[in-house]
Amino acid sequence: MKLLIKNGRVVDPSQDLDKVCDVLIEEGRIAALGENLAGADEVYDAKGLVVMPGLVDLHTHLREPGYEAKETIRTGTMAAAAGGVTTVACMPNTAPVCDNSIVVSGIKERALREGFAHVEVVGAITKKQEGKELAELADMAEKGAMAFSDDGHYVKSSRMMTLAAKYVSAFGKTLICHAIDPELDSDGFMHEGAVSARNGVPGVPALAEDIAVARDVLIAEYTGTHVHIAHCASKGALDIIRQAQKRGVHVTCEVTVHHLTLTDEACADYNTAAKINPPLRSMDHVEACRQAVLDGTASAVVTDHSPHCMEEKDVEFRNAPNGFPGLETSLGVVLTDLYHTGIFDLKTVVQKMSREPAELFGLNAGTLKVGAPADVTVVDLDKEWVVDPEKFYSKCHLSPYAGKTCRGRAVATILAGKFVMKEGKVKDYAKA
Amino acid sequence: MEKKPSLFFFVILDIESLSREEIELIMATGGEMKKIMKSGMKKADYLKGKSVITLFYEASTRTRTSFESAGKYLGAHVVNINTASSSVTKGECLKDTVLVLENMDCDGVIIRTPMEGASVYAAKVGKPVVINAGDGAHAHPSQALLDLFTLREYGKKDLQGLKMVIVGDILYSRVARSNIAMWKKFGADIHVCGPMTLLPHDISALGVTVDARVEDALRDADVVDVLRIQLERQKNGLFPTPREYSRQYGVNDERLALCKKDVVILHPGPMNRGLEISYGVGYCGNAAIRDQVNNGVAVRMALLNLTLGGGEAK
Repeated sequence: MKLLIKNGRVVDPSQDLDKVCDVLIEEGRIAALGENLAGADEVYDAKGLVVMPGLVDLHTHLREPGYEAKETIRTGTMAAAAGGVTTVACMPNTAPVCDNSIVVSGIKERALREGFAHVEVVGAITKKQEGKELAELADMAEKGAMAFSDDGHYVKSSRMMTLAAKYVSAFGKTLICHAIDPELDSDGFMHEGAVSARNGVPGVPALAEDIAVARDVLIAEYTGTHVHIAHCASKGALDIIRQAQKRGVHVTCEVTVHHLTLTDEACADYNTAAKINPPLRSMDHVEACRQAVLDGTASAVVTDHSPHCMEEKDVEFRNAPNGFPGLETSLGVVLTDLYHTGIFDLKTVVQKMSREPAELFGLNAGTLKVGAPADVTVVDLDKEWVVDPEKFYSKCHLSPYAGKTCRGRAVATILAGKFVMKEGKVKDYAKA
Repeated sequence: MEKKPSLFFFVILDIESLSREEIELIMATGGEMKKIMKSGMKKADYLKGKSVITLFYEASTRTRTSFESAGKYLGAHVVNINTASSSVTKGECLKDTVLVLENMDCDGVIIRTPMEGASVYAAKVGKPVVINAGDGAHAHPSQALLDLFTLREYGKKDLQGLKMVIVGDILYSRVARSNIAMWKKFGADIHVCGPMTLLPHDISALGVTVDARVEDALRDADVVDVLRIQLERQKNGLFPTPREYSRQYGVNDERLALCKKDVVILHPGPMNRGLEISYGVGYCGNAAIRDQVNNGVAVRMALLNLTLGGGEAK
């Protein structure tokens, strides 16, 4: 089976490519790039469209096992395919917690059978994410865990975090840190700032993030282990990371689509769809996140796709859990608010949403080089569409972007050489 | 059905969304309502056939009782829900609770909760008129309205340029937020004073002056609103001891002397006498605290009458 994507504008920073040409896919791999290619069983006309390596999202919650009412591997990866994402890393705060190799293998196997995207598994740093004893990290690494994180929880004990960093250095794995000081965090429910002063919701200062990031940066420096700061959203924390990178510390970070595009004003009238941790912050923090992407401090733009049930979110602001789904809006929102506004160029979008996150964790993705797996996203940069959470493939039909008119979206997603999404419709096109 | 045109969109959620015109209408209606209260025949039929439910998730004496009295004086049918003995204890969420009341065809829900914005949320999910009787640290609009009504009775008819001081826990206070919003509308010079741990970090967003020392705050003050200090805040480490609070921020006789002679002392109640306010100040001639309670009924009668489309007060 040969698939030929004709006449698209191929944007692939991994080979410094941005030109109109054809992409030939054979047996699930990129077979050739060039003009006037032929000899395919199926031809996809990409004239006027952009062809890019499939998007790689380092931070998602697929909720399975345990919280299938919120999301499953199947629905979560369908959401990914709908949004043009071909690889997702899923966080371990499931039930049971993904803190041993059986769960790692189980998620991978189920994803292979039921998934519409490649699923990379992040194992827990500590047993049950309790921060008390190391999980079987080497065992999980052997079974293919991408990295380790107690996401959702800060590893409160500096000793435990240091031990984890030392321990994984033997097999070269990365620790992904949910760096928010839990005591400062427990005081509030949104960003502490002008909006919280007005609407009365107790706030958490960005300081909570800065303090926690500073410690983990120092642990990275001491141990030499690669530490990756998850969902970094504070100007101060980004400055700490930038300084550390300058002196050679192996620390990286990601920023989320929502922290790049929304402020705490979204919470002003207590909209629980905008409740997330770290919280949506003020514009100066948003600008710092954008700057971090542009100057290289941040390696990846992620969603922190975190679906919940409606009965959990349709409550008073304080009572709602943190999180909302992002996989189906990430590219559209980035193109609308950052690309079409001239803040990011297209190369930056592909670099930060595909190539660099893949490289950072040694994933075989994020490139259209000949021989690479044929994970491809075809994008219509100008397609207008309105975010309608009711139509999400995710089980969680909520979004802080509900009603937003976007310009640009993925119109086809190809996973290992096979279509999994065309014109927004997700299915296994190879079977049909 | 012809109704007297009302300035309201059938909710009273905060002060910010009321116009000066609407506030004046409430003040004027409150005056008429006070006459009914004082007439010796505390019964009108403006709200005859209307049903009002008070839904209180927090303890309250004056707010709940005054809303209940206000409804009854105007002839409404008033039902009080004690959440401690309701299905709330079985885990029924606010949305479903409001929908239950809606499905009993109640016309108005008076809601008090510890959750910021819960009244805004309740107004979104249900059809009945929602009146916010205090939602977390967000707003307590009827308190700000009755305070304004009381200040006018005490001769503070024009707040423009008056030095108006709020002392205490601003961070967690809905009374502070609603009074600041109200007084800003009338151009007052608003000062706040309290332990720095009990002021919002970004208090500049509220457009008030922060005085570190209570003496500076009280000097030449025209109005002083003394907030109740929750002892729970001390347990959470926000100030060292009640004793120190009283010494640093308590409004006592010596400090009262710093204020203007005709200063009006407000307190939303219930008072911790000897803590945030001394025994003497609480009972002094400048204290309007008991009139606040009395006017609370009149102003709440006005709110119910205006929002529920009651008859005209004459």
